[in-house]
Amino acid sequence: MTQSPASPPPLYVPREPIFPRRVRGKFRTLKWWIMGVTLAIYYLTPWIRWDRGPNLPDQAVLVDLAGRRFYFLWIEIWPHEFYFVAGLLIMAGLGLFLFTSALGRVWCGYTCPQTVWTDLFILVERWIEGDRNARVRLWNADWSLNKVRLRLTKWAVWFLIAMATGGAWVFYFADAPTLARDLLSFGAPLVAYSTILILTATTFVFGGFMREQVCNYMCPWPRIQAAMMDNDTLTVAYRHWRGEPRGKHRKAKGADQLGDCVDCMACVNVCPAGIDIRDGQQMECITCALCIDACDEVMERIGKPRGLIDYLALSDEKAETKGAKPRPIWRHVLRPRTILYTAMWSLIGVALVYALFIRSDIDLTIEPVRNPQFVTLSDGAVRNTYTLRIRNLTAEDRTFRVMLTSEDILRIDVETDGQSPNHVTVPANETMQARVYVIARPQDAAADREITDLRLWVEDVETDDRAGVTTIFNGKG
Amino acid sequence: MADKQDIDDVTGTDTTGHEWDGIKELNNPLPRWWLWTFYGTVVWGLAYTIAYPAWPLINSATTGVLGYSTRAEVAERIAEVNAQNAELTERLASADLATLAPDDPAHRFGVAGGASVFLAHCSQCHGSGAAGVQAAGYPNLLDDAWLWGGTLEDIEYTVRHGIRNETDPDARWSEMPAFGDIMSDEEIDQTVEYVLSLSGQDHDAAMAEQGMVWFQEQCTACHGDNGEGIRELGAPTLNDAIWLYGGDRETLIETVTYSRFGVMPAWGQRLDEEEIKAVTLYLHQLGGGE
Repeated sequence: MTQSPASPPPLYVPREPIFPRRVRGKFRTLKWWIMGVTLAIYYLTPWIRWDRGPNLPDQAVLVDLAGRRFYFLWIEIWPHEFYFVAGLLIMAGLGLFLFTSALGRVWCGYTCPQTVWTDLFILVERWIEGDRNARVRLWNADWSLNKVRLRLTKWAVWFLIAMATGGAWVFYFADAPTLARDLLSFGAPLVAYSTILILTATTFVFGGFMREQVCNYMCPWPRIQAAMMDNDTLTVAYRHWRGEPRGKHRKAKGADQLGDCVDCMACVNVCPAGIDIRDGQQMECITCALCIDACDEVMERIGKPRGLIDYLALSDEKAETKGAKPRPIWRHVLRPRTILYTAMWSLIGVALVYALFIRSDIDLTIEPVRNPQFVTLSDGAVRNTYTLRIRNLTAEDRTFRVMLTSEDILRIDVETDGQSPNHVTVPANETMQARVYVIARPQDAAADREITDLRLWVEDVETDDRAGVTTIFNGKG
Repeated sequence: MADKQDIDDVTGTDTTGHEWDGIKELNNPLPRWWLWTFYGTVVWGLAYTIAYPAWPLINSATTGVLGYSTRAEVAERIAEVNAQNAELTERLASADLATLAPDDPAHRFGVAGGASVFLAHCSQCHGSGAAGVQAAGYPNLLDDAWLWGGTLEDIEYTVRHGIRNETDPDARWSEMPAFGDIMSDEEIDQTVEYVLSLSGQDHDAAMAEQGMVWFQEQCTACHGDNGEGIRELGAPTLNDAIWLYGGDRETLIETVTYSRFGVMPAWGQRLDEEEIKAVTLYLHQLGGGE
């Protein structure tokens, strides 16, 4: 055993505070736009109206948990069509793989809610407490009236944003204007308030205090994403060959030996993850590209070419070090891996769109009663019983005639509440259960055979729309 | 901090100073908030076991300071549901089933509740699907043949008073003699051949001709001239496809020789009024009700 250190190193570390400096540049501008668009989508979507007729809600995007329906513009998803949601989730996963293998952690850097809200919270922090240097000073300062005032103001604004965030979430699950009225008049269901409370708390804590800790310790994606990346993945990297050896003193002796990096720490100061990109690829890096903007600004000022820190593939870094030219971007992006992800993504997308277009607005399932499989009637006829479920996926009540086709002569008898025989009415947007008897007379072949295939049809009496379902008839055989 | 850092060469990471066979333990410290979260869960877990029933004792367990019990909660929920349904229950218990409309909420309530009553009290003999057990003479309740009648009124009476039991003086009652004491084996064989012919089954025509004479003499009083049965007496129809104990030659000989004596309890003594009404409604809508 080697010599132990005099005092053992700590096994737990406190969070190192990070004070990202303000930066200007093309990636920062892009991020402002993405922040604006994603936040607008999140806060405004529940308020978009979409007329679906008298019996259905008029909210464009609505998850109706109680009614077990999901409304998205003209699409209405029933519980039995949940594969659409599963398909979309698979597409989202594959899309994430595709973008990660092509462009590294662009999801993390630009669109992840944790990044977007943290960015927003830092913006608020900067407005109230000043930029990096002022914030560092305030952090180190003793508690004073001014510090308390600034902190309380910041927390209050954060809290309002957090509450708006939690508040917007619940509008996806109920009619937004009605729920908003109920919330303000304290008449909304308890679950709405508790959801808002929980999401307010998580937004406040994650955006204000946890920030990069969420990415580093709570989110699995930073640990998984390395599997999607290879030497061709474009990611934020430092041109080591160009920057090193770094040095501040441009006028000192031997300065002509130095690389382009002036060690100004601009890239470190703007980093929301608190890392130094010059150390190479790191798990903590969310590739937000703000260090690119910061470095470009400095390079411009000292009259060096931009791109000391840049979107760069590892293979390019190697090639450039040897003096070779980097490969064009399209050759990095178009490679078997990304093509495969794109193909899989498109395949599922096409399949979902196809499934969406072929789906009928009448849906049937049939369940033969198996206890007992058949009943012998006094005249020797054999009767099977079925539970037929008819889903009416439209906004109007519909009346259906239930019919039967079989090569053998069988009689159908649908239990109805005193309507015309074999007719059932299914209310709008509902599922109805009807008991159907199918009877084979003693002389019918199906009566003595073990199993006979048969097909049940329902036909809308007004529109003649049809839907069918196959099942079997159990005979005595 | 240690004054002498022990840095791993390969990763450049601090080590804890622990080493086993040349393998050093790297020190990637956890965030402190994680530690506090861990302590928090420990405190929460302990508090939970104090607040709720948890710690096992010899014959029981601690009850928890909140006094929560799943059993009490179930009882409470049942009481809640019963209170909600009180009006329907009352309406069903006092209803005249023959005039209760099928779309009446009490009717639907009865059918749904009747299914539970059936499974709890009737399925032991009649089967969970109500198809009966022919080998034991438990009737199939799904078909269109009823020994004592298949109207709501008939079914309700049968459920309430039962069949051939000693406990209810109003029980349905009929008894077929054991013809083994009255007729010779040959006469019984001939009668059975005739009974087989009534329902169109394969039979010996010569024996059946003789059997018809015995049938006219012994059986028509209860089973009718053509074996059509008489419901008031609970005498089964013999010219259809449905047999309580079985319609083959062997079973018929056994039935005629030794007779049958199936018993059903009087459920009026065991079930509540609304339960009887409910199970009647349930049975009537299974496919055979008249």
